Amino acid sequence: MLVSLNWLKQYVDIDEHTPEDLAELITKTGIEVESVIPVAEKLENVVVGHVLSCEQHPNADKLSLCKVDVSDEILQIICGAPNIAEGQKVVVAKPGAVLPGNFKIKKAKLRGVESNGMICSLQELGIDEKDVPKEFTDGIFVFQENVEIGADAVPLLNLNDVIIELGLTPNRADCLSMLGVAYEVAAILDQPFTPAEEEVHPITERASEHISVKVDAPDLNPYYGAFVIKDVKVGPSPLWIRNRLIASGVRPINNVVDITNYVLLEYGQPLHAFDLEKFGSSEVVVRRAENREKITTLDDQERSLNEDHLVITNGKEPVAIAGVMGGADSEVDDNTQTILLEAALFNPAAVRTSSKDHGLRSEASTRFEKGVDPNRVRRAGEKACELLENYAQGKVLKGVVEFDELDRAPQEVHITTTRINNRLGTEISNEKIGDILRRLQFDYKQDGDTFKVIVPTRRGDVYLFEDMLEEVARIYGYDNLPFTLPEGESQAGGLTLYQQLKRKVKAYLEGAGLNETITYSLTRESRASQLTSREVADRAKSPVRLAMPMSEEHSHLRLSILPELLASLSYNVARKQNDLAYYELGSVFISEEEHVTKQPEEQLRLAGAMTGNWHVHPWQQEKKAIDFYVVKGIIEGLAEKLDIPLTYHASRYPDMHPGRTAEVLLNGETIGFFGQVHPKLQQELDLKETYVFDLNAEKMFKQYQKEEAFQAIPRFPSIKRDIALVVDESQQAGAITTTILEAGSPLIKDVEIFDVYQGEHLQDGKKSIAYSLLYMDPNRTLKDEEVEKAHKKILDAVKEKHLAELRG
Amino acid sequence: MKEQLKELETEALEKVQLAEDTKALQDVRVAYLGKKGPITEVLRGMGRLSKEERPVIGQLANEVREHIQDAIDSKQNSLEEAALDKQLEEEKLDVTLPGRPVQVGGPHLLTNILEEIEDLFIGMGFEIKEGPEVETDYYNFEALNLPKGHPARDMQDSFYITEELLLRTHTSPVQARTMKQKDGEPVRMICPGKVYRRDTDDATHSHQFTQVEGLLVDKNVRMSDLKGVLNTFAKQMFGSERDIRLRPSFFPFTEPSVEMDISCKVCDGKGCSVCKGTGWIEILGAGMVHPNVLEMAGYDPDVYSGFAFGMGPERIAMLKYGVDDIRHFYTNDIRFLKQYHKV
Repeated sequence: MLVSLNWLKQYVDIDEHTPEDLAELITKTGIEVESVIPVAEKLENVVVGHVLSCEQHPNADKLSLCKVDVSDEILQIICGAPNIAEGQKVVVAKPGAVLPGNFKIKKAKLRGVESNGMICSLQELGIDEKDVPKEFTDGIFVFQENVEIGADAVPLLNLNDVIIELGLTPNRADCLSMLGVAYEVAAILDQPFTPAEEEVHPITERASEHISVKVDAPDLNPYYGAFVIKDVKVGPSPLWIRNRLIASGVRPINNVVDITNYVLLEYGQPLHAFDLEKFGSSEVVVRRAENREKITTLDDQERSLNEDHLVITNGKEPVAIAGVMGGADSEVDDNTQTILLEAALFNPAAVRTSSKDHGLRSEASTRFEKGVDPNRVRRAGEKACELLENYAQGKVLKGVVEFDELDRAPQEVHITTTRINNRLGTEISNEKIGDILRRLQFDYKQDGDTFKVIVPTRRGDVYLFEDMLEEVARIYGYDNLPFTLPEGESQAGGLTLYQQLKRKVKAYLEGAGLNETITYSLTRESRASQLTSREVADRAKSPVRLAMPMSEEHSHLRLSILPELLASLSYNVARKQNDLAYYELGSVFISEEEHVTKQPEEQLRLAGAMTGNWHVHPWQQEKKAIDFYVVKGIIEGLAEKLDIPLTYHASRYPDMHPGRTAEVLLNGETIGFFGQVHPKLQQELDLKETYVFDLNAEKMFKQYQKEEAFQAIPRFPSIKRDIALVVDESQQAGAITTTILEAGSPLIKDVEIFDVYQGEHLQDGKKSIAYSLLYMDPNRTLKDEEVEKAHKKILDAVKEKHLAELRG
Repeated sequence: MKEQLKELETEALEKVQLAEDTKALQDVRVAYLGKKGPITEVLRGMGRLSKEERPVIGQLANEVREHIQDAIDSKQNSLEEAALDKQLEEEKLDVTLPGRPVQVGGPHLLTNILEEIEDLFIGMGFEIKEGPEVETDYYNFEALNLPKGHPARDMQDSFYITEELLLRTHTSPVQARTMKQKDGEPVRMICPGKVYRRDTDDATHSHQFTQVEGLLVDKNVRMSDLKGVLNTFAKQMFGSERDIRLRPSFFPFTEPSVEMDISCKVCDGKGCSVCKGTGWIEILGAGMVHPNVLEMAGYDPDVYSGFAFGMGPERIAMLKYGVDDIRHFYTNDIRFLKQYHKV
């Protein structure tokens, strides 16, 4: 909402405040002021001039040579506007004037002829082209009224105005009107404000002789008032109305249209003027539209209606979509003489539906949608009648023809000073509350500490105790609330174990050299289920799709974090950032339904993607590329950090390297996978060798045991034995380790692989794995024979299970 | 004999001093203190001495021997030290060469901000609550006083999956869920998380972003408590010299509703381009929990009251660190991520 301060001044005394101070006060107390815009900055030497003569420039076809009387002198001015003519009263910027945009007017020679000033268009004076009356958009502005020659044009054209732009929240529809803003500002400044009464002088002829009103949908249209004004002369509206419209961002058109717009701005009540002679009947019938009924609206669009749309008809066909837009057939034009003026209240939801379905949002529909003041509907109609009398020579017919089932009763809200103070933490007195209500112009009956407040209907947003609490609080001033802390029983805040583990895992990975990332949960369909861990893929029917995505790029909820993580790697590699170690801890969305009806399971997963070098120390010629075992080491470290028993076996995954992918198991159950991305996918993504991991963080966290009983530090020596086993190359080291641990139990405490060898001195197809075995008993020193016995058992077991030979 | 011993001592001590390495020193030791050395020789000749002289000479001989031994030991030490010094000198490194790099990872800037906010509120006795990102229409809207057809639903165009399911547009549903779960008990919680809105991604909009909301419900909660808690938060988050102000606003789930500004850090409240001349910067929205919301969650609004607030960590990060484009948070450019590891 654009508020002209010059207009506002007519209602409330704001002269003590600069526009900036006023804006600050309004922002703090009521409504956020988004900007403060002077129409034109300190304009001087801009006066009314009378064009005495206008001839063609001797050296230029499109320029005119004018003599202009500005009262104290006659200026010779060259003008390029096509609409300049002798006898006009125009705006002259004299030499020394500085127009908006820092445009300095000086004496100059144009094509050899002296020019002592400029005849101005409204745009040149700082008015937005969209608000300039159409007849002046391509040329200079010409006064239609009898203004004094030489007079300062600045006040005449309202160029000294300052506009404040209110950022209205949906509840403050009352301030979609100048009267509402005036009440608000008056309350803030503690100034009096009483709106003027409407003054209509009807003739004896009755409106009801020309029109009847019937409403078939009173739920959607509880009030419809029809005024009839005859002998109207359509023409330009007076300067002051045009100035106010322009200041409010509304382009002046003609007096009839301007007056309805003016009343809309002043009262917040949309009106509509029909040309009664073109109306097509003498009855107004308001009803729901029939399906596929048609109307051509003012913008010359044919629109198809249905029964959700409320229409005004002439008893036969629609003449307007209620509250949204009138029809072209009954539009007021230059020849209109008799006006049927509609002042009505339409149901907000109905207007919202029509406006949405037809893509028509207007000043009118916005106000109906947010709710208008039921006590201002008829008065707005009367105000328009008054203005039509005064500025369109209209004769208002007696009596408004009405359908009226409107509830105009105000809301009553009971408040007590005690309750207000309890909720605000203040010590406001009864007197102060009474004073605040007086400033707001809310009537009340006081009984001790209780106030029965009668809320004016213009404030439809105030009907609960809490609404009144807000009114009192904001006028009292939020700055005046004390700072306190809650007094209720305090609880120990803190992180849950789950939240602690999230932080622990992040800290571990970051300590290990990985960078945390956050990618989008919404991705394209092809990526949503790519690189999904088996246990997720087995359950999810398909990735969850949005009903109406904004783009295919963000249309599906991810089943794996990896595709977007890989996209991040690609992004970086394309920018020559080649060494990357990324991880993300976030949710994937698993729905087991074909067509989603329930919330999908949101599973917290820990995913990582790494490419390039892991370690580079150039001057020592050290370089270690990220490989399978770097990633595995990170996962093993994580398992150690959480103390959970992860195991691994070779596996095959789509889009993963078939020989370099492992599934990760926890207690025998798959919880994720890791390995190298398939070279084909790497190529597609312009990535070099790239490794990924994806783990179910929730399963890992569940296994985590925070309380761990103390384990005595071993006091007895351990015994270390090394063995080298020769096995088929198909044998997996991990399986042999398991066999060793099982066979050596309970004495064996640790197994470490310290060498893997294949090649010379070994048969083809064989490899040698060297293990270091650690034997220990926590309670005593082991005897050699015991270790010997256990060691033999191990050798027998690996021979039997893995055909392993001791390497000689 | 006395003189002989004295002479030997002087001679030996001189040789000790002259020894240039441990080998030469060893030779001196053997030469003077060895079994065949001159002192042993002197002692052997003691038989010829008188009873009175014998202990005197014996003592002197031992003293001489000790002196020589001490000198040798001390020389030995200094020779060893010199050798070590020499060796260490040879082992000298160029300390200015770069060290072997340790991989340094780090958290995302948003995580930093979130954890800072979390820790701050934990300090004030708040719990951290989380909830689903795919929400029901009920918890995302209806339980928050936004019935179907409510015009304020316009303010946050949403990603629906079905008519009843959508990506949450704020973390407020976690508040509604927590109140239900607490079943009439007091609540002090904050809920951080991802939220989604139908916005085209540009420098200031992102279809996915982060929110932290907070809720406190108890008997006799006052609006001044909200002001006190937010003031504590703002001063810790943005610096103790920052002031706050509340001004009226509107949210369907709170009444009264306010917006909180902090005094602009750049101009210290005087007005500059960052704060658009107002001296204030908008940080968060807040208010007293709407009685309808309390009621729907099973709290009697005549007995219980509460406050709620909500803020955007992206915005906070943008203000605190001058990040100029919200897309930076989701592009994961390593050069961006690494800038904030020290934070």
